[in-house]
This record gives sequence, C-alpha cells and structure tokens, in this order.
Amino acid sequence: MKHTVIALVEDRPGVLNRCASLFRRRGFNIDSLAVGTTEEPGISRMTIVVEDEGAPGIVEQVEKQLYKLIDVIDVANLTSAEAVMRELALVKVRCTSAQRREVLDLIDIFRGHVVDVSPAHLTAEIVAAEDRMTAFIENLRPYGILELVRTGRIAMMRGPQTNVVHELEPDSVLRFHTESGRRPEGELPYVSD
Amino acid sequence: MRMSGADIVLESLKRLGIDTIFGYPGGVVLPLYDRFPAHPEVRHILVRHEQGGGHAADGYARAKGALGCALATSGPGATNLVTAITNAMMDSVPTLFITGNVARNLLGKDGFQEADITGITMPVVKHNYLVMRAEDIAYTFAEAAYIATTNRPGPVHIDIPKDVFTEEAEFIWPESVSIRGYDAFPPLDEAMLRQAASYIDGAERPIIIAGHGVILSSAWDELKTFAEKTGIPVLNTLLGLGSISTDHALAYGMLGMHGSYEANHAASNADVIIGIGNRMDDRALGRFADFNPTAKIVHIDIDPAEHGKNIETHAAIVGDAKQALAALTSMVRQNTHAEWLRWIDDLRAEHSFSMAVPSGPELSVQHVLKRISEVNDDSVVIVTGVGQHQMWAAQHLKFTHPHQLITSGGLGTMGFEVPAALGAQVARPDATVWSICGDGGFQMTLQELATMVDENLPVKMAIMNNGYLGMVRQWQELFYADNYVSVAMSQPDFVKLAEAYGILGIRVESKDQVDDAIRTANAHPGPVILDFRVEAEGNVWPMVPAGAALKETVEAPERPQEVAR
Repeated sequence: MKHTVIALVEDRPGVLNRCASLFRRRGFNIDSLAVGTTEEPGISRMTIVVEDEGAPGIVEQVEKQLYKLIDVIDVANLTSAEAVMRELALVKVRCTSAQRREVLDLIDIFRGHVVDVSPAHLTAEIVAAEDRMTAFIENLRPYGILELVRTGRIAMMRGPQTNVVHELEPDSVLRFHTESGRRPEGELPYVSD
Repeated sequence: MRMSGADIVLESLKRLGIDTIFGYPGGVVLPLYDRFPAHPEVRHILVRHEQGGGHAADGYARAKGALGCALATSGPGATNLVTAITNAMMDSVPTLFITGNVARNLLGKDGFQEADITGITMPVVKHNYLVMRAEDIAYTFAEAAYIATTNRPGPVHIDIPKDVFTEEAEFIWPESVSIRGYDAFPPLDEAMLRQAASYIDGAERPIIIAGHGVILSSAWDELKTFAEKTGIPVLNTLLGLGSISTDHALAYGMLGMHGSYEANHAASNADVIIGIGNRMDDRALGRFADFNPTAKIVHIDIDPAEHGKNIETHAAIVGDAKQALAALTSMVRQNTHAEWLRWIDDLRAEHSFSMAVPSGPELSVQHVLKRISEVNDDSVVIVTGVGQHQMWAAQHLKFTHPHQLITSGGLGTMGFEVPAALGAQVARPDATVWSICGDGGFQMTLQELATMVDENLPVKMAIMNNGYLGMVRQWQELFYADNYVSVAMSQPDFVKLAEAYGILGIRVESKDQVDDAIRTANAHPGPVILDFRVEAEGNVWPMVPAGAALKETVEAPERPQEVAR
C-alpha cells in the first residue's frame, strides 16, 4: 500500500541528503519525492510516497525516523480520504496531423493542455491524481510516447486544517545539567568516591 | 568582543563546561592549536590516533556522565574518527566531534587532505554541521551540545574550514537555543502511563528489562523504587548493567545471547515485559518473532522510533526514563511476585552450571575476572573490549553502581578497551580503572599506551591472552565445524612491550599468581599491562545462537563436577 507522508524541513544545505540517506539506510521503498518552498521562508515541504509492500509498521517507522532528523520540523501521514493529491506530468507523444484531432480529444477528456506542438509530435501537460494520470498515459501509449516526465505527488489536507510549523519556546543551553536529571559534572553518586 | 574563529571555538567550549578535549593536530586545525595556549582552562590531550581520541571522548563521557569531546584534522584525521563516532551513536553517548576542513575556496575541489566528512558522518551522527562563517560558530556549538546531551544523547559533529578559524567575528554566546524540529523534553502521555500501569498491576509474571537509558537519564534510584514497589525482577541489557546493583534481591543479571539461562527463560515466559531505556536489540531479545509473542510489552524510551521498531509495543511511553518511572511508580500498586521469583530462582539453581567458573587447574578468564572483581572494591571502573572477555565480564563481575561498566555494545568495536579506559581515567582521576582487554582488540589500539605515559594515567590493562580471536574461534568451533580460519594470532611479548613504553608489565601464567598480580597493579602509580595467559579454547556459555529465540538458550555441553558460581 502507498502512503503519502509530508515532511516540513529546514531549508538548509544537505537536508535532502539527510532524508534520502535515511531512506537508503533503512531500506524504505520510496515511490516519489517532491520538494519545494512553502508559505514560510526558510521552510521546505517534502511529499514522500512510501510503498510499504504489505509490511506492517513501515510507514510509522518512516515518520518516526524522519522526525528524528533535527532538520525535519514536522511529519504527517495524509490519507487520500482527507487530502487533495496531485502530480503534474509532461508527455511528448508521436502525433501526425491526421491523428491530431483524436489526441486533442483525449487530452480534453483528461483535462490536460497542449503546451507544444510540431507536425509529428505534441506535448501535453496534465495535473491529476495518480489513477487519472495513469489512465491518461495508458491512453496515449498506443500513439507512441517519445518522452515522459512526472513531478511526483504533492498533497494537502482538505478543509481548514493545515500542516504548518509551530514554534517552540527557546530553551536554556545548559538545561541538561539542571533539569534533565543529569547531574552536574563530577557529582555522580559513586559508592566510595 | 571580536575574536578569531579559533578563539570563538575555545570560548564556546569553556562556556559549555568542556575542560578536556582529546585531539590530534594537522594542517587545517593549526590555527585552532595555535590558540590553545591562550585558553589554559581547556586541557588538550594528545592521542596517538584519532580513533583513540574518539573512543577516549566516549569513555570519558560514560565515566563522567558528561559531554565528551574529540578533535581531528581534515581528511584522514576526520575519517579516522568515523568508527568512534559510530560507536557513540550506537550506544547513545553524548559526544562532540570537531574536525577541521580545507579552506572554503577549496571545498569540493579535492584539495590535499579534503574529505567530505559531513557527508560521511551524516548517517552515524545525531546531527552534524559544516560551519561556513566565524559568526556562526558560537551558536553552532551551543546548539550542538544541547542536541548531544538532551533527549536521546548521541554524537554531534562540527566541521570547520581552515579559514573560518582565522576569520574574525563578534563573540556572542547564546544563553538559549531554539530548534523547531527538536523537542528535548517531550511531555509524558498520561493515558499511556495509565495503560502501562494497568498491565503492570494485572501481571502475574512481569519482568523489567533495564537498558542504558536508565543510566543516561540518571534513573537508577527511580528504577530501584519502581522495582521494589511492584516486586518485579530486573534484567539488564549489556549497557544497562550497573543500573541496579548485582547485589539487589530483584537483580537477575543480563539477558540475551550470553545472558543467564534463568534471565532468558524469565523473559520468554513473562506475561508483561517492561523495557526501560533499551532498544529491543537482537542480541538482547534473540529472534524477534519468537521472543515472547504473548506478553504485553510496555516500553519506556525517549526515542519514539524505538517503539515498535523490532517488536510490537502495547504501551509505548515516550519520555525520559527518570520522569516516566517516577510517574509510573505513583500509579502502580504495591505488589509482590513470590511464586514467579521462586520459579526463576529454581531455574537459576538448576541451570547455573553454564556460568560456573571452571574449577580445573588451567587459568580461565572467568577466574581472573572474579578475582579482579573481588580484590578491588566496588568503586572500580571496568572498561572492556568486545568478544568473549566482554561477555564473561558481564556475567562474572559485580556491578554495584551506574557508570561502572564502560563497554562497546551496539557497534561491538574491538579496540575500544584501551582508549576508552584512557578517557575514563581522565574523567575520574581518583578512580581505579581496569581495562579488560582481548589480545586481539588490544593490538588494534595499543598506540594509546604512549598517551597514558604522557598523561600519567594509571590504567590497569588486563589482557586475556588466549592467542585467538576467542569469540570468532568459538563460532568457528560451534557453527563452522571446527574450521579455524584466520583466528589464531601471534602476539608480541606484552611484558617487553610494556617495558618499551616504560610501563610496568606483569605476566600471569597460573591461578596462584593472579591475586598478587592484581594487587601489584593496583599499588603501582602508573599504567600497567597484565598478560594473563589464559586457556586457549574456553567457550562462553550459555549461548543463544544467532537467529535463535531466547528460549532456545544452549547450555554448556558438560556439567562440571563442582559448581562454583
């Protein structure tokens, strides 16, 4: 089963590497990964599609391990019921002038647009959820797909709910010495010190 | 106040209370070394290899319960730290690793001694930084130390290009840090605690598995109170040893691959298992699917990713072990489990022969360890390497207080014993530090003997010299039909080696020499090497073969005539 995981991350060098390295090391199977800026400067948003191959607990581990990265601010798992999910594709398809009408009809049915055209080809763009995207591509395949590019899924919760960052209160640098239970240096309870 | 990046680094260390750093100089960190004399509050200990410096910082941190710090130059210096960093990561040790790198304009150009060290350490650190401006140094150090020591502790690595050390900036020390992706002190979930308490109150055969987290969060008193109130027996993981005294009536020793028969069967037959600050590791739990499929698992760990990672958790408590145990203790009822304890005690009486000290005339590792434990008082600090001697140490030594056993658990790093003992001795100059060494591991990092001499660190290094990589040999004997391959090794004359370093060397070849040797070593004011010529082919029992379940614990093949445990 596929899961859509959202990660809000600090927009810093290496953050994508940290996440990708984590997926590689833990053997998580990633279908797609889309990264971009958000409403807030300094924060990027990743949409990660995880295939769990039927193994229980995988997506939970993905969320928890991602959250452990210091540069990852928040992680959420969006199910299709509560979220809008889309991806964008550009498809360059072989298309003679004789075929053009029927290809245009197809693109119209799927609410795509033609963005480039030549006597022998046509490039369409489509924004759709995965099922409709797959159907669109399969319908174009008989004409001969010359090139195909997809952005990977992006997603957002429906309704007024949001995935945004909540600021934490600043914390004392030396709090670990006083509050975490760790005793100040040199004051461990040794039996015969 | 304006100062150079190098001065900002040293000022920051002082503000963090870091007064000791294990380091090795090189080209790109020379601007930093140039400023050490101006900051005498920071003691620099010159090691002989960066890996040694890294393990020393690790041993220092574990012995002191404070942040350990190591420093290396770029390229090979930095890559030599990687094993030590990974070791600290696997065992959640609060450590700070500082490396220099080539100047900013040379980064990414494959210059002399350049390594992409932040890229290399990324999967083995809690967090890392490449600091590109001197003005960012102070904040980075504050944040790094905060991350290294809070929540689940771990190594943090800071890489600094050479010209950032020489760049000038205003020194502004942040009194607080704010990291929006990091909650150092997650609040306890009351409902989950109540769920756990109801499992615990309803349990007939409960056990506690206390791990390193109990020690890391200073929760040993809370553990004792909790166990005593509920009457639940306590098992330890390897790194949890010392969280409850071996002497305590409810302490039942270590479970796992070389855990006791009764501990492994108690864990397999329990109806409620309370893991505290442990990561439900395969060496402790055996084959996960058959560990104990019917038990309710209560798991207290500050790292939520440990819940449900290896085995299903029924009450997952995210939080500091100290706070969680205190809260849980107030919710559970006073209880005893006399019948259950008797069942475990009976198992112990019946099956303790696997862990008996061999009674024959040969010098056994078990005998040497027993004597080290008994000749020393309870304040001795024990550092071990990895292998048979480590497992025998866990089985036979007495651990009465936390931070007493310093050993490489998760990564299993041979060679840890010498530099980590060095670091432990620096951290606790008045303590007697015994390093239990394998003859293989000792030869991996013995270069640090010179550091001990320079710094006059009176570590007692007891080499369990059997001429083999003992644990590998045991596996080849048991699982590869006695096919010994690359496992016997020649040794230098360790007594002459000691002499070459100008330290005391003692050879021990028979049982009657053991006590004298230990006393002589303890009385000697400097480092000592003890070459114990132990029997060549002893095996550690009991044993859970790799991939087997705990209930499939294999006992010693022959029941010795005399049981002296």
